[in-house]
Amino acid sequence: MLWRRFGDYSDFDPWKEIERIHERMNRLLSAFTWDIGGEYPPVNVYVNSDHALVTTEVPGLEAGDIEISISGKNLTIRGSRKADELKEGESYHRQERWSGRFSRTIELPFNVEADKVEAKFSKGILSITLPRAEAERPKKIEIKTE
Amino acid sequence: MAVAAKELQKKEASTKEVERTRARRIYSPNVDIIERDEDIVLIADMPGVDDKSVDVTLDQDVLTIYGRVDQEIPEGYRSVYTEYGIGDYERSFTLSDEIDRDKIEASVKNGVLKLILPKAEAVKTRKIPVKAEG
Repeated sequence: MLWRRFGDYSDFDPWKEIERIHERMNRLLSAFTWDIGGEYPPVNVYVNSDHALVTTEVPGLEAGDIEISISGKNLTIRGSRKADELKEGESYHRQERWSGRFSRTIELPFNVEADKVEAKFSKGILSITLPRAEAERPKKIEIKTE
Repeated sequence: MAVAAKELQKKEASTKEVERTRARRIYSPNVDIIERDEDIVLIADMPGVDDKSVDVTLDQDVLTIYGRVDQEIPEGYRSVYTEYGIGDYERSFTLSDEIDRDKIEASVKNGVLKLILPKAEAVKTRKIPVKAEG
């Protein structure tokens, strides 16, 4: 029985098998690149018991170039960065820096007090502090002794 | 989309022969280099760096830009989601003789380092008048 299965190659095509593995690998890899920073700008999120802190690196922008909005749990950061202005006779040897418009929405771990959100921009890093909605804050329950 | 995203990620600098005492990641900043008539401009994205934490050194032919970033996780907070790493920046470039080394200017604004490398007098483009022979 076993011998027959080994000897019978009719339904086993090694090329097809390789192709299938290749396809699976590709799918795996594309999911991977999507996961780590599919969108610009990349963000880091930190939390403590009643705040979330979102930081993002947007060098070369001015505070006025950035627009922040909140709706529900979603925080949206918008902005744009101009390309270097080249005059006649000037040319790029290298151009690696990014320019253009961006819009990024991230979902926060909890609802926030939209009017109490604070944003700070320094050295090209934007930090947004978002207080957790009052109603959702963890409550401490005191235990009474009788 | 996946390709574009890859380009926007921070690149870690290639390891050098000299080891560091500071146990931090080192990233290679993205740069634009623009050639102008009088000078060459180098612009590098180094978020987290200001005029006090950036070093520009010129050793023989090698120009090195180094930026120290002292940003840590704020106290009381814990990290829940990370898309970019925090670390120092370093990148080196080889300069040709065309640069007037004494007149290099550096400035930092909003996490962007700008270096102006003036061309030496001898190599500035000169127009050579063409005379018609009679």
